[in-house]
Amino acid sequence: MKNIVQKSLAVMAAAGTLAAMPVHAAENGKFRVGVVTFLSGAAAGPFGVPSINGAKVLVDALNEGKVPAPYNVKGINGLEIEAVVIDENGGATKQVEEFRNLAERHKVDAVVGYISSGDCLAISPVAEELGVPTVFFDCGTSRLFEENNKPRYVFRTGLDAAIDNIGAARYLIDTGHKVDSIAGIQQNYSWGQDSWGDFTAAMKQLKPGVKIATEQFPKIFQGQYGAEISALAISNPDVIHSSFWGGDMEALVLQGNARGLLDKRTTILTCGESALDRFKGQATNGLIVGARGPFGAFAPKNTLSDWFHAAYVAKNEMEPTYPAYKMVQAILGLKAAAEKAAAGKPGTVPNKDALVGAFKGLTFESVSGTVNMSRANGHQALQGIAYGEYHFDKKTKKASLQNVKAYAGECVTPPDGTTATEWIKAGFPGAKCGG
Amino acid sequence: MIHIDRSMVGLAAATLILAAMGGFVPDWLAFILTLALAKALVVQGVVLQMRAGLVSFGQGLFFCVGGYAVGMGGQFFGIHDAPLLLVVGALAAVALAAVLGLLMTRYRDIFFAMLSLALSMILFGVLVKSSDLGSTDGFNVHPATFFGHSFSNESYKSVLYLLTVFLAGGGALILHMVHHSGLGRIWEAIRENEIRVEYLGLSPRWLLYANYLLAAAFAALGGGLTALATGHIDPEMAFWTTSGEFVFIALLGGTAHVAAPFIAAILFAFVRTYAIEFTPHTWQMILGFVLLGIIVFLPKGLWSLVQSKRRAKA
Repeated sequence: MKNIVQKSLAVMAAAGTLAAMPVHAAENGKFRVGVVTFLSGAAAGPFGVPSINGAKVLVDALNEGKVPAPYNVKGINGLEIEAVVIDENGGATKQVEEFRNLAERHKVDAVVGYISSGDCLAISPVAEELGVPTVFFDCGTSRLFEENNKPRYVFRTGLDAAIDNIGAARYLIDTGHKVDSIAGIQQNYSWGQDSWGDFTAAMKQLKPGVKIATEQFPKIFQGQYGAEISALAISNPDVIHSSFWGGDMEALVLQGNARGLLDKRTTILTCGESALDRFKGQATNGLIVGARGPFGAFAPKNTLSDWFHAAYVAKNEMEPTYPAYKMVQAILGLKAAAEKAAAGKPGTVPNKDALVGAFKGLTFESVSGTVNMSRANGHQALQGIAYGEYHFDKKTKKASLQNVKAYAGECVTPPDGTTATEWIKAGFPGAKCGG
Repeated sequence: MIHIDRSMVGLAAATLILAAMGGFVPDWLAFILTLALAKALVVQGVVLQMRAGLVSFGQGLFFCVGGYAVGMGGQFFGIHDAPLLLVVGALAAVALAAVLGLLMTRYRDIFFAMLSLALSMILFGVLVKSSDLGSTDGFNVHPATFFGHSFSNESYKSVLYLLTVFLAGGGALILHMVHHSGLGRIWEAIRENEIRVEYLGLSPRWLLYANYLLAAAFAALGGGLTALATGHIDPEMAFWTTSGEFVFIALLGGTAHVAAPFIAAILFAFVRTYAIEFTPHTWQMILGFVLLGIIVFLPKGLWSLVQSKRRAKA
């Protein structure tokens, strides 16, 4: 009996030492940021790796003070940035556990990350509970600020996915494509279901009487779309819409193109930009692609975006795609907010309440132009969206975008207090689309 | 008269020590322990089946039922008391197991494993298609009350930790007694030679049915506690990789003693969280090497370390 008690004590003690080991003092004179993104799994290749590469380029440059104005102050508020990198793979339960570790074991000053909408929904209440300034850079769920309707510590510098699909519908109508019948192919999970729901609702508003030829929901990461491509071809729609991303999206384009699916009709891919340099002529010219905002190839030309593009290419020997831009945008927003909060006291970490106070409603410069944190009580970025046609030049072997059309944030974003679904159904009241 | 042996005293002592630790360990550690103990409860069910010769690759089914019962009870049915929600979850799982068990107990070995996996993937598929339940994104579980008392954020986690520790301790004591009861011995006998058990005049099928129901109840309890602790549920709970993790932990600990799954689950949680921290790009490989090492050097799991020491003493 005694030795069992001893043994349990020994196990506890071992666990205790393990646990006590890496508790750093938070005050090591650095600004510590948790960076969470997919480093393994299917979302790592198209999203996670570009975003972490973008984060590395930016953090290194910031620490050396090499980023152009207005971000030429070293690190964040003069403090070196220390990134704690965590893999987002493994499900929401694990992410909640790791988020608590970041907050309480690593004592991070802020967290930037999260691609999966499920992870964002799970993390958001925990971030509020623990009071850690948290910037979501990519996840697109409309439910984020519907569920967390009094956000304090949670911010999102990326855009709501509804915007992708409202923008896609507007682009198709405004560029005069034939849109009498539409068909969709989506991955069968929240992202695909929501994207198709928003897109069809927006199309019905903008083009009353539009017919839905077919809707295909293959399972995620299926990879082979023979049957779905046949179904799409037989239904003969004018427009094919897909929210596929990553390997699935590339597989659909390759397989669809080989069977002539994309030739005779318009195809719009809301996440198509991430493969712009990977299609290498295997996609049809005229394929419409988006980048979930003014990112990647759609980023405006300005000092910051030129600098970032050059720095990224120099380090990674490939073009930065939209996840890289979105990650950089989140870190720049955090830096701008922290420096505003610590105004006049360089070399200090502002307290968390001051930081979120400064972030709320902040306007900051980014690689995608000027960002206004003007939705969801100043916690959600308001930005426009752009779509354009893919064109591959066989001579130069370079892909480019043509017929790019951008929409202002006010044109495609529901006002505060209205959910995207309600706003679309009501016919976009208050949308300001300019001419 | 219940015979109290050394293990039971040890378990009770470990429960009290863990409960006392809740007062001074940092919050993140208490949280890891909460999740690890909740997971260990599910693993207890897997071990229970392993002792009867069945390997379930679908225990995520009942884990998920327990989790969703807690989430949906709070969201749609206005039940906000944690212990009540856990009971509802366990009852829902047992009710489901009572139906599925009729089919499952007719199969053994790989057929049982594959069928259990298939059933949990059906639930996964149904949940993914249910957009009212948030599809793959799942939904948040609102903080519950405990016997009518509500707690602030800080003490909520501590109360939940204590509840988990005592449920785990109580569950372990019950399982220890079950393992050493006639029923527990018969389950082992079924694993060794089912035909002989039948010749003894017993029905292996109904004995395994009882085993299946008990394992389901433990899985649902673990799922409910996990849902309360993380505050979020999604269909991933029923995905086969989740079930695979339970089998992984069961193998890590071994099936010889009820304490083994707890030790294994805590060790697994620490190995994983530190692997993620130190090698963010290759943490899965570290986990893989750990399992490989255990299989090669400790084929009967971590608990064989304790047993070999005992044998050396004797």
